[in-house]
Amino acid sequence: MCGTCGCGNSLLKPPQRKTAEKGAVQYRSTAPVETRRIRVERDLLAENDTLAAQNRAFFAVRNILALNLVSSPGSGKTTLLVKTIIALNGIKPLAVIEGDQQTDNDAERIRATGVQAIQINTGKGCHLDAGMVGHALEQLALPQESLLFIENVGNLVCPAAFDLGEAAKVVVLSVTEGEDKPLKYPDMFRAARLMLLNKCDLLPHLVFDVAQAEANARRVNPDIEIIQLSASSGAGMEDWLGWLAHAQQAVTAA
Amino acid sequence: MHELSLAENVMRIIEDEAIAQQFRRVRSVTLEIGKLAAVEPEAMRFAFSAVTNDTLAAGARLELIETPGQGRCADCAATVEMDEILALCPQCGSGRVRVIGGDRMRVLELEAE
Repeated sequence: MCGTCGCGNSLLKPPQRKTAEKGAVQYRSTAPVETRRIRVERDLLAENDTLAAQNRAFFAVRNILALNLVSSPGSGKTTLLVKTIIALNGIKPLAVIEGDQQTDNDAERIRATGVQAIQINTGKGCHLDAGMVGHALEQLALPQESLLFIENVGNLVCPAAFDLGEAAKVVVLSVTEGEDKPLKYPDMFRAARLMLLNKCDLLPHLVFDVAQAEANARRVNPDIEIIQLSASSGAGMEDWLGWLAHAQQAVTAA
Repeated sequence: MHELSLAENVMRIIEDEAIAQQFRRVRSVTLEIGKLAAVEPEAMRFAFSAVTNDTLAAGARLELIETPGQGRCADCAATVEMDEILALCPQCGSGRVRVIGGDRMRVLELEAE
């Protein structure tokens, strides 16, 4: 059994637990059975939160800035990461944890830049959890003051509930999606500290109301910060890199 | 469909309790679900029945108790009940209401034999 989170496998597979052995005969008496009520009062996410706290402590002692990138599938997270890495490579130690249900494609795209990347395949799972990230951390060599991007499974619902130990969630919304996405998926936009409005180079070709999208995000999360950018054209990237530098300073100063 | 992972967590808690409290079978499970916890009750029931299949909680009744959402208005500082994440402050009409409760889930009680 794994020592980090108690899962049955050492690597990145959600634990499958069955108590009754297959084929075992289960007797049920016809006589009335006495039952008792047991007060439990245990939080469903307590275990994840404990593991997230361990990850957070791991980052804190090393002054690592860990960011949890969340979005719908196809918002441009991986392209954004590749462009961010190209801008920062050689300046900062970087690493990426990629979460997808299947394939190693995203990690391959990151490794092509020369930066270390661990792919987590969640199988049927719709989100990363803190235990999976803890295992990935065992495989990464992260120097002091690294910048670690955790690219979550493309899904605007489930990853909102699972703390990974990150400093902040960064939600990517592309302008090819609807400006009402923050209203449709409020939990995710509420959980995020920063919204990156991506693919802004396409705005001239689209009917997308930027002001409305931003108002919707602030309606859900009054404190959310917003940066408009285009990972592919490079517009707005300096604002994002500035935000990263500022967030890194906050981690180092803490 | 993160209800599946949540149901797995419920199962884990039941198994821990079975060892600690020495029981072999669970008749019913009571979950407390915050109104703002982003959990769909029907999805939770489906996931629970799938996850408990072939375990000591197979066939157990699932009782869901909803707890109200709570928020604090960033403008008038009132503590208010929230029916949804996007609720307006009933005191001042502000949209800047921050969730302060009713966004968690827990196993409240088990009925065991």
